[in-house]
Parts: sequence; C-alpha cells; structure tokens
Amino acid sequence: MLKIRVIPTLLFKGFGLVKGVSFDSWRRIGTVMQSVKVFNMRDVDELVFLDIEATRLGRRPDISTVDEIADECRMPLAVGGGIKSTDDIRELLAAGADKVVINSAAFADPELVRSASRRFGRQCIVASIDARRAPDGTYEVFTESGTRPTGLAPVDAARMMEERGAGEVLITSIDRDGTMAGYDTALCRSVADAVSIPVIASGGAGGYGHMGEVLLGSRVSAVAAASIFQFTQSTPIEAKRYLRQQGLPVRL
Amino acid sequence: MNRVAVVDYGMGNLDSVVHAFREAGAEAGVTRAPDGLFSASHIVLPGVGSFAEGMTNLRDRGFDQALRRAVVEQGRPFLGICLGMQLLAGVGVEGGRTEGLGWVDAEVAQLSPASDAERIPHVGWNSVEFRRADALFEGIPEGTDFYFVHSYHVRCSRAEDAVATTPYCGGFVSSLRRENVIGVQFHPEKSQRPGARLIRNFLALT
Repeated sequence: MLKIRVIPTLLFKGFGLVKGVSFDSWRRIGTVMQSVKVFNMRDVDELVFLDIEATRLGRRPDISTVDEIADECRMPLAVGGGIKSTDDIRELLAAGADKVVINSAAFADPELVRSASRRFGRQCIVASIDARRAPDGTYEVFTESGTRPTGLAPVDAARMMEERGAGEVLITSIDRDGTMAGYDTALCRSVADAVSIPVIASGGAGGYGHMGEVLLGSRVSAVAAASIFQFTQSTPIEAKRYLRQQGLPVRL
Repeated sequence: MNRVAVVDYGMGNLDSVVHAFREAGAEAGVTRAPDGLFSASHIVLPGVGSFAEGMTNLRDRGFDQALRRAVVEQGRPFLGICLGMQLLAGVGVEGGRTEGLGWVDAEVAQLSPASDAERIPHVGWNSVEFRRADALFEGIPEGTDFYFVHSYHVRCSRAEDAVATTPYCGGFVSSLRRENVIGVQFHPEKSQRPGARLIRNFLALT
C-alpha cells in the first residue's frame, strides 16, 4: 500500500550563488549541498527546499542553485520560494525540480495554479498554505511569510487550490512552526478532510511522537519537518521506524 | 558500452534520467532529433504532463515514426517511464481522447479510488507485486517500493503484458512488457537503490 512519507524540509532565507555573494551566503550554499548529500545517503522519501523570504523581499527563484541541488538528488525534490509565473515554474522543472511549491503567488494570482497545472500536470504543483490561529479558535491563512492576511479559512483555501488544479496541499501552522512543540493536528485534520488530494502536514515537529500524533489524528499523507532534522540528532529513518511501531505503513 | 538515447520531446526534466543512466555505467544523452535514436543501443522515453500534449510533441518532432522504426522494427530495448509508459497505449483520455503510439494493446484511464482513504494523484512510495518473473526486476524483491506520481494508469488488454501491479485504486499495472518494449509507471530515477538496480537490469537487456 501507499506509504506515509517523512519529508525533510530545508528552509533558507536565500540560498543562491548570485551576485553580491557574501561569505555568509557561500557557507549557506555549502550547507545546502552537504545536507542534500547526507539526505541522499540516508535514503529519504522526498526533499523540500523553500526560500521562505523570497516573495516578501521580491527575490526570484535561483535556477542555477536548484540545478546543482537537483544534480545531487536521487529522490523526489520539491522547490519553492518566490515563484510568480509559469515561466518560473518551467525553469525550475527544467532545472530538475520534480514539483514546485507555490504560496503567496497562488493567492495573489488566481490563474497561476490553474494554468501551471494544465501546462505541467497537477502532480507538479504543491499549494502551500500557512495558517495562524486566532484567539477564538478560528484559523486564517496568511501569505508572504505570515505578514499578509487573506481573510480566508484554511479549509476554503485548500478547496480552492484543489479546484484550481493543485496536486497536493502543504499545510503549515504558523504558530507551531519552529517551536518543536508538535503539529497543529486539528488544523491538519480539517484541511485533510476538506480535500481529496494528498495533504502534507508541516510546522511543529519536535519529536517522532509528534509525527505519530498528526498521522494517527488526521488523514494527512505525509509529514514535513525542518527544525527537528536540522537542529537535533533525529533522523528520518528513525522517525519511520517509530511510525512503523505505531502501525503506520512506511518505507524502510 | 551501452549508448542510451533519452528522448527530449519537451515533456519534463530529463537530467535526472540521464544522470541515473550514466551512474549505471552507460553513455547516456538527450536526443532532440529522431536521427539520434539510430546510434543508440537503448532508448528511454520519460515524461510528465498530459497524454495529448505528449503525443502532439512526439508527432511534431517526427519521433513517433522514428521510434517505431528504431524500437518496434529494429528491436532496441525501450523503457517508457511514467507518461512514457502511458503513451505506449492505443488511446489516452487526458487532455481529450487521443491516439497513443499503440505498440501495446492497452488504454489509459483515470485512477479511481477504491475508498475514501485513497487520494489522487497517487503520490509517494508504493509496492510492486509481480505477475510474472522478468529480467527487469532481477534482484528486486516482491513488495519493493518505488516512487509514483500520477493520476492515470494503463489498462492492459492482454494479461501477459502485465509484469507487475501495485495495490492502489483497485490495483493497477505498474510495469508492462511486450518483448523489447517495457514500461514502468513509477520513476526509477527517483527511486533510490531499487530504481538504480532496475536501470542496470534494463541496460543488461540486448
């Protein structure tokens, strides 16, 4: 049967080898390639690279960096950050990304997901939705790294993206992101119940138990995690061994 | 030395496929024009995107006729990956009802969930179950996971053409073979070690 995916996410605030490179940027790209090599060796299910401040800072995707990363990747690779047009998507796919992750532009330009899905196939398009919880318990979707409110509820946004032709939804809890305090299972459950395309949970994984919680407490198809793999000794393989013990189907 | 021609018909990224074949020890390159097929020992047709666009692109570039000569008539081992496998069928439905290459008695249909739990597209790692033994899967155990990402599948009219099936949406053909013509619905170039083994097995065919 179809296995649950554990997807390391590498978040960067610009990972390009572009003009005006400082020593800091070089070190960052070195870290990227190191991480890719390590994940390759560790035989992970999939990798996601996100340049999380790109849209807010008006930065476009760095094609040459994606090319280098893709050359090293023997597993599926999704890339996002600053994607604005179908041309951006075409270039990223040509450079080696298997899927693109679109957030802000998917909301700002209603035609983008639709035309990209038609042109490249829905399996290439991951709609990324960031949501923040209000004191009254409702959720609102924000774009541009959590700075721009949309007035939309996550389930409505997810349905909208599915209707436009997205192949998957990546749902991130802004509140939990980076806290390592656990996924927002209620948020993930509501989104996974609202659509019939695969949903990837994101934001808050601090331990394998958190992954088990969201996978057993909702119908998400995969868990994405950044901090836990970058800042602790936890590994995707150990996560999957734990999940198998909880009775979940994983690839080992 | 094996020379692998990876057909470029404008349907998705080819680098990963080329890299994977090079890592397996073959001389591999992208073939943009039909002539390039005839100096190759093996031919690979990758692809992601719509069936209709795929066929249009193959025809516009003259690949449909050249592939028939190089593969069906002259017998070169051929591997269709994902869309490349689906194009082998007689007819597809994605992007409108379209005629495929028709080298295999089959038609393409949408994956149809057998339960609420099954989502489309079929994305992720899923197992192959063998209908018969084949050199393509030498050294690859029953139940091995490969990476899939698709919304359509191939329905073979002849049972003997189905080499492997995958348990999803009622079960679908994940690998087919008719003599030297082979198709895999999954992405071997994205399937880590089992994918690499399958590619080496394909290269060993003559």
